[in-house]
Amino acid sequence: MSELIQALLDGEHRALARVITKIENREPGYRDLVKQLHEHTGNADVIGLTGSPGSGKSTLVDKLAATYRDQGLTVGVIAIDPSSPFTGGAVLGDRIRMASNIGDMDVFFRSMSARGTLGGLSTATTDAVKALDAFGKDKILIETVGAGQNEIDIVKTAETVLVLVPPGSGDDVQMLKAGILEIGDIFVVNKADLEGSDRTVQELREMLDYRDGRVPGTVGHHGATEMDVSVEGEIDRAGWEPEIVETVAERGEGVDELLDTLADHRAYLDESGEREVQSRQRYAEEIRTLIREDVNELLTEELESRGGLDQFVQRVLDRETDPYSVSDEIVEPLAECLRDSDGD
Amino acid sequence: MGVDQEQRQIRCLVAKVGLDGHDRGAHVISRAFRDAGFEVIYSGLHRAPEEIVQATVQEDVDVLGISILSGAHDTLVPEIIEGLEEYGAFEDTLVLVGGIIPDEDETELLELGVARVFGPGASMDEMIEYVRENAPERE
Repeated sequence: MSELIQALLDGEHRALARVITKIENREPGYRDLVKQLHEHTGNADVIGLTGSPGSGKSTLVDKLAATYRDQGLTVGVIAIDPSSPFTGGAVLGDRIRMASNIGDMDVFFRSMSARGTLGGLSTATTDAVKALDAFGKDKILIETVGAGQNEIDIVKTAETVLVLVPPGSGDDVQMLKAGILEIGDIFVVNKADLEGSDRTVQELREMLDYRDGRVPGTVGHHGATEMDVSVEGEIDRAGWEPEIVETVAERGEGVDELLDTLADHRAYLDESGEREVQSRQRYAEEIRTLIREDVNELLTEELESRGGLDQFVQRVLDRETDPYSVSDEIVEPLAECLRDSDGD
Repeated sequence: MGVDQEQRQIRCLVAKVGLDGHDRGAHVISRAFRDAGFEVIYSGLHRAPEEIVQATVQEDVDVLGISILSGAHDTLVPEIIEGLEEYGAFEDTLVLVGGIIPDEDETELLELGVARVFGPGASMDEMIEYVRENAPERE
C-alpha cells in the first residue's frame, strides 16, 4: 500500500487533501490510489444537494454539517462550482458560508471546479467521495448547482438527493422540470420565511403528484386498470414518496425536520433493499463510464499515432472516405484483438 | 500508456484575516487570478487564522494569498504559518501577503517564510507571473 494511502487511513488531513488533488488532476498513478481506497469504502452516507444559485445550498450544508457534528459524527463536503470554459479559471465561493464549522477539522470541506471538457467530473467526484469514505467520514455531502446533465450525473452518485427550491415566482419550479424533479428524494423549500413560499410548496406538490401520477402511464403495459396492480408493483421499486421540507437554513429552522426526513429515507433504502439495488446500479454505471473513458483515451492515442484527426477530416471533406469508414479503420485493430483473445 | 490526460491546475486561496473589512483588493485579485486560469477559493471577510489554516490544508492550494490592511499582520501571519506547519502544509504552499506592510515588518515576514509581500501599486501581471513561476512543484 502506498504511503499516502496509509497516511489517509491513519487520519492525516493533509494526505486526504493530497489524494483528492491527485484525483482531480488525474495525476499519473491516481488510479492505483483509488484502487487501494475501494476496499475501505462503503461506510458513509452520501447525500447530494442541488438547486439553483441563491437557493441556499451552502448555508444548508453548513447547518447540516454543524448538526451532524453536534451528534458526534464526522462530515465531508464536496462543493462543485462551474469554471470558465475559456480560461479554465474559477472562483469557488461555497466555502464562505461554512461559518458554523470554524477551524473544525472534522468537517472536511473541499471545493472542486467543473474543469475542462473531459466530462470526467462525475468520475472525479465519485473518486473523491471514496477518499472521504475511506478516511472514515460518517456523512458526505455533495453540493452542486443544478444545471446541466453533467451535474445531474454527479448528484445521482449520492444515495439521497436533496433538491433545494427557493420561494419565488414559480419559475424556479419550472426550472426543475429539466431532469431534476425526477431525481429528487427530498425537496427543500429553503428561505421558507419569504413571501411566496406556501405557493412554492403547493406548486411543488402538484408537480410531484404529476410525476407520480405519470409513473403508471409510462410503465403503461396494464392499460386502463392500472390503478390497483401496476401501482402496487411500481411501489416496490420506487416506493419512496418524495417529501417536501421547509427550512430557513440561515436560522437553522427546519433542519431537525430535514434530518428526520433524511433518516426516513435511509431507513427506506435499507428496508426496501433499494440501497443494494442502487449501489449495484452505481457500480455498473461507474464501470461503464471508466471503460468508455479508457477506450476513448486509447483510441485518441491511436488516432494521434496515425497522423491525427485533421488528416482524416481532410479526407472526409475531399470525399475520399467517410466518417463511418474512418471509425471502422481506427477501431478495427482493437476489435480484432478482442475477438482473438475470445478465441483462446 | 503515454498521454494520460493530466490537468495541472494552480489553486489559490485568497484570504482575509482578522478585523479588516477592506476586501476590494482581495476581490480584484480573485478575479484576476480566475481570468489567468487559476482556481480561486475566496475565504470571505473576517476570518480567524485557524479557518485559513483549515481551508489551506483541506483545499490543498498551491498558493495562499493573505490580504491584510489592518496592521495586525505581525500577529496573524505567524499564527497561520504555525498552523500550516502543524498539518505539514507549510513547506509546499507558496505564502504571499498583500497589503500595507512597513518595510521592517516585511523583512520579518519574509524571515518567517512568506515568499513575497506585495504592497500598494503592485501590478496584477506581476503577481500572476510570480505565482506561475513559483507555484510549488508537488511530488
